[in-house]
Amino acid sequence: MRTLLTLIALFALAGPAWAQSSTVILSTTTSTQDSGLLDVLVPMFEKKTGLTVKTISVGTGQALALAARGEADVTLAHAPSVERKYVEEGKLLNRRLVMYNDFVIIGPPEDPAKIKGLPKALDAMKRIAERRSRFVSRGDKSGTHTLELGLWKQAGVEPNGPWYIESGQGMGQTLGIANDRRAYTLTDRATWLAFQKRVSLPILVEKDKPLLNIYSVMEVNPANGPRVNTAGGKAFAEFILAPETQAVIRTFGMDKFGQPLFVPIAGRTDADFQ
Amino acid sequence: MELIGQGVVQALRLLASGDAEVWQITWLSLGISATATLLSLVVGIPLGTAVALTRFPGRGLAVSLINTGMGLPPVVVGLFVTIVLWRNGLLGMLELLYTPAAMVLAQLVIAAPIVTGLTLAAIQQVPEKFRLQLLALGASRAQMVWTLLKEARLPMLAAVMAGFGAVISEVGASLMVGGNIKGSTRVLTTATVLETSKGNFDTAIALSLILLLLMFLVNWALTWIQQGRRA
Repeated sequence: MRTLLTLIALFALAGPAWAQSSTVILSTTTSTQDSGLLDVLVPMFEKKTGLTVKTISVGTGQALALAARGEADVTLAHAPSVERKYVEEGKLLNRRLVMYNDFVIIGPPEDPAKIKGLPKALDAMKRIAERRSRFVSRGDKSGTHTLELGLWKQAGVEPNGPWYIESGQGMGQTLGIANDRRAYTLTDRATWLAFQKRVSLPILVEKDKPLLNIYSVMEVNPANGPRVNTAGGKAFAEFILAPETQAVIRTFGMDKFGQPLFVPIAGRTDADFQ
Repeated sequence: MELIGQGVVQALRLLASGDAEVWQITWLSLGISATATLLSLVVGIPLGTAVALTRFPGRGLAVSLINTGMGLPPVVVGLFVTIVLWRNGLLGMLELLYTPAAMVLAQLVIAAPIVTGLTLAAIQQVPEKFRLQLLALGASRAQMVWTLLKEARLPMLAAVMAGFGAVISEVGASLMVGGNIKGSTRVLTTATVLETSKGNFDTAIALSLILLLLMFLVNWALTWIQQGRRA
């Protein structure tokens, strides 16, 4: 045990680059990472400020929980209802909207529940449940899962039974399962676009207000734990809301998908999207 | 099948073109896992030897614990090491979480019981009469242990291979304590998970093949050391 502690101490001494003030821990969702957006934004921020960002890309539930424990300095998430709860508790501060993209309901082309073209996502969810058509849920407390549960609740459906499959995995794997089982699922548009080659489930319902996927940035209350880099977290939040960054977000994805993946909305409020 | 073909082509292309990121990830994987394996030898060989050669109350329990440790689930190790290294955790002041050092620590916890257990078995398979003979011939205890270790070097190299194989191929702990940060803690296994979740299956297959190739080369070198003088 003493050897172990000595070794750990050596590693700690050998790593002045980890000094806290120069490192910002960003806890965020898998979609921002998987879409490649952070691979563009993080180097911009590092170059501008000289700070190093450690991006911890996990489900939104975990991203917010880590921030609330003071294990991150700033968080970028997409589960407004959960975010507001943490803000009310004072764990997360200064929640500001950054951008949105949208969710779509996809499913097999033969569409057994007959939801294609329905204008209301809630009606589609109701029909899927009534027909007991297979539906694959993320089941992982991610932002997507949170939104899905919200839709079921508003539709007055308690989803369970053999038709309701919980994958417990990321969006990519969940799309694969849905494709394999010829099932419906809820996905963000960016991931669906990225999986065009492997997934042959078309979009059946889209462009309804409850399907908006809103990303917000929040700073971490330094009272949550020791060693929170408040200044670094704030710097990242200011950066992602700055006009030049928002301009980069506006065109991100054009080259690869022929359409932008996110719409920047810095300065807007929740009320604008009700 | 066509996908695997694409993966092979992609792997060759990435390696041949000297893709900086792929090489960096490959070296990091090797560096972290080799360090962890070496440290596990420092812990495991003396411990395994000591348990093999001594009799004490509760020894049976100790051996069972070591044997259980040989199959420690990486994801469990990852979870506990993460909690210990959290800013709020026991060793939070070291600020080690999401660094390569944290990954070395987690892999050490995974590899050390494997090396300990296999060392224990390797030393124990040397007949007890041989040990007594050495002592009878006037060998000191240190000389006796040294001779035993030399005698057991073949199975001990197998222990090195098993330890290295376990840590270079694990993903759960590395993902949790390292965070899969680009350019810093992204290794072959975690990059493979990420590329799969991005839908870049050809790159994921390419990374897997590079990992297999790396494991083969390391084991080849170790086997050469193990078998060399006899072949």
